[in-house]
Amino acid sequence: MSMVEQFDARSCVLLRLGERRFALAAEQIAELVAPSRVFRFAHRTAEIDGVILRRGRVVPVCDVAERLTGKKLTSRRFYLVATQRRGATLDWVALPVSGECELITADLTPAGESDSPHVAAWLSHDGEVIEVLNLDALMPLPAALAQGGSPEAHA
Amino acid sequence: MQFAATHKAPHARTEQIILFRCSTQVFAISSASVQEVRSVDTLAGSPVEIEEPSLPKVRHMFRRGEQNLYVVNGAVHFGLRPSPASLIFLLRRSRTALLIDGIEKMTTMTRLQALPAAFCHEERVWYRGLTVLDQSVIPVVSPEGFLTTDELFLLDALVGRMGLPESTAVSEMGLGL
Repeated sequence: MSMVEQFDARSCVLLRLGERRFALAAEQIAELVAPSRVFRFAHRTAEIDGVILRRGRVVPVCDVAERLTGKKLTSRRFYLVATQRRGATLDWVALPVSGECELITADLTPAGESDSPHVAAWLSHDGEVIEVLNLDALMPLPAALAQGGSPEAHA
Repeated sequence: MQFAATHKAPHARTEQIILFRCSTQVFAISSASVQEVRSVDTLAGSPVEIEEPSLPKVRHMFRRGEQNLYVVNGAVHFGLRPSPASLIFLLRRSRTALLIDGIEKMTTMTRLQALPAAFCHEERVWYRGLTVLDQSVIPVVSPEGFLTTDELFLLDALVGRMGLPESTAVSEMGLGL
């Protein structure tokens, strides 16, 4: 049973990407932080811009705006740091957002079969129908991890 | 410069690393993985130019003992803008020599963090993980990540077809890279 089926009313964080607003389940949010230095190094994952350092953790910065709105963000006001459970580990990912974020409680409507995979549910707020994002669909699991493998064990 | 074969870390959870530059970026490699550091001008073993269209990062090989060693251009491997390379790492227990721009410094890392799972392409093979030094994030390369077994097989087959004489093994000359 999914979380959406389990609860009708849930706490969500609204985030702004350009002209549009999206939502994430509040329990997936670790923190909202001001933009900090992005460290970039060679890699081939186009969705990842670089990494930031938060509390000693290396957090990938994933700009999902182009994928969701068709446009890159022209300004980054905050990073919304979200969590993703991958097996036994909890990964953090920083999503650049272009405006204030808002914590709300709203009734969710489960996504239908015709909805895009990145839509976990829908909510209605201030006369606007807003997609609740499915982070797992926006950031696919590496094949090696999906098959149970993992890179070198790390401290 | 020759590194000792055995490597004793001063503390159980630390690892000595070499920070090196390819193009504009800095990477780290465990110093225990590097057998020798050579200038491209003083490399022992005469380099032979090779061309495998599917592997543009390898343009030279040379023989050491009974083995073919393949020179991987670090900048090309990482998809960076090619730049004049000056040094070669001969990797320990490997048939890979890594062409780099220069060494920044040797230092010690105390923590190797896993590459976040959001990185899901070749970089998972390239890197053992990430380390934080002086408030900067540095990728720590995996010595095995430069050439796969299949790529080595491909290169060996190419060299076999070229029929290189054994005499390519000795002499002091530069790579002319």
